[in-house]
Amino acid sequence: MSKSWVAALALALIALAALVGPFFSPYTYDHLDWSHVASAPALQDSHWLGTDRLGRDLFVRTLLGVRISLLVGLLATAVSLVIGVAFGSIAGYLGGRTDEVMMRAVDVLYSLPYIFIVIILTTLFDRGNLYVLFIGIGAVGWLTMARIVRGQTLSLKHREFIEAARALGLGTGAMLWRHIVPNLIGPVVVYATLTIPQMILYESFLSFLGLGVQEPLASLGNLISEGSREMESASWMLLVPAGFLVALLLCLNFIGDGLRDALDPRDR
Amino acid sequence: MLAYALRRLAILIPTLLVIVTLSFIVIRLAPGGPFDEERSLPPEIKANLEMVYGLDQPLAVQYGRYLRGLAHGDFGPSIKFRDLSVSELIARGLPVSVMLGLSAVLAALLAGVPLGIGAALRRDGVLDRSVRGLAVLGMALPGFVTGPLLALVFGLYLQWLPVAGFSGEARELVLPVLTLALPIAAYVTRLTRASLLDVLHSPYIRTARAKGIGEWRVIVTHALRPALTPVVSYLGPAVAFAFTGSLVVETVFALPGTGRYLVQGAINRDYGLVMGMIVVYGAVTLLANLATDLLYGWLDPRVRYE
Repeated sequence: MSKSWVAALALALIALAALVGPFFSPYTYDHLDWSHVASAPALQDSHWLGTDRLGRDLFVRTLLGVRISLLVGLLATAVSLVIGVAFGSIAGYLGGRTDEVMMRAVDVLYSLPYIFIVIILTTLFDRGNLYVLFIGIGAVGWLTMARIVRGQTLSLKHREFIEAARALGLGTGAMLWRHIVPNLIGPVVVYATLTIPQMILYESFLSFLGLGVQEPLASLGNLISEGSREMESASWMLLVPAGFLVALLLCLNFIGDGLRDALDPRDR
Repeated sequence: MLAYALRRLAILIPTLLVIVTLSFIVIRLAPGGPFDEERSLPPEIKANLEMVYGLDQPLAVQYGRYLRGLAHGDFGPSIKFRDLSVSELIARGLPVSVMLGLSAVLAALLAGVPLGIGAALRRDGVLDRSVRGLAVLGMALPGFVTGPLLALVFGLYLQWLPVAGFSGEARELVLPVLTLALPIAAYVTRLTRASLLDVLHSPYIRTARAKGIGEWRVIVTHALRPALTPVVSYLGPAVAFAFTGSLVVETVFALPGTGRYLVQGAINRDYGLVMGMIVVYGAVTLLANLATDLLYGWLDPRVRYE
């Protein structure tokens, strides 16, 4: 348990840094400082974490990337949560042929590497449209959520209070919304926490490949991509964003695991 | 079993067809076309180009033509790589990607299974704790972080291995394979450890021990086979993962595989190339899953195919 508390504290610190950090720097994320091109991290001149090839401040750009990552994590998870819960609970509650067809569709999507679908989705819209990116990533990540929710719904379906509500004449929609979904919160919250790092990973993966967040905006993915090209002469350009991404992912994974152990003791 | 395998193979083709159809529709609905980059293109020439590639035809006609080509193993022309057909591009890149992916899965198994066994046998020992820590790292870190970091350490600082590029030498593949294998190995280790611990607590192992069989024989002949079934069922997803991951690894280490075609094709709206890659990767993923299911039944006789 203590490990997840340390992780939660570290995550809070990173998030706080991402929110307020850029205000302390005299530079903006797209300011070109031609007198400090590709300079190493140093305390003087306020380029605390160095600059890139164009003299842009890496401290500000990396924290901007962390902001985008956290935003993607939350928004995309919210999208996948809504789709997954709706899909899974409807399939589980209706059962029969509907369930069969809906879950077969999930199986087919499952058998494809997610990256196909995301790449196809990114081709659908203008590259660099952040909201499309968030929704696109979330729209791919709901499959596991749907399976978990369906399983839970199946076990809820035959409980007495559901029978009672049905005997009172409650319609399907109201039944799902008032009785099924509220009882799914435990596992849904646990899985949603574990989804956040995945979503962050998808976004930085796409940005790394050049399909996600576009220049001059910074994301951890495109910063790492740039850094890996420049690492021979400017290793900090790789190490700074990579370090932040690693810290972020580890914190979120530890928190998710801790939450799972606390809320769902059977799955230990 | 044979009937089951054949039926699964028969479902495979319609599944692939669904994938092809959906991606065909979605890609064509996307705004922008393959000739957008060349802004100075006069409309007459653009129309001519579109006619050459059949892009002026109704979508249904193009779809029919594409399917007919596919049935003959022809993936059509690539619009950006003008001298090569998509089939030729795939034939060039696929061997590298396949070698990369398979070596990574193999390396992950060779490292992960023994480590998992070792960790399970000395539970909470030094090996167990360090393996668990490494497994968390291995699973949390994406290839586009570990790849450049490995290249930085082993390529630039220590100068043991080449940083990037591929000319046919095996040592050039060491870092890419390592990058790709790391998360798979981490997962395999964790699976092996957990399921071996589980099996070692079952009554029939206690019986075997009670009969006085040596500890090694108990593990090797009795515990290992059932303990490895979850690992085998992970192989399908692992192959799929290795193929997806090769996208990144090929970019990081500048390898001439097929992964980059998918990305470049998507950016350039190179319809034929994207479709070709989707068909190839889709088929590989589906086949890997099928092979896994069949292997699973062979390993665990309790599994019945209906």
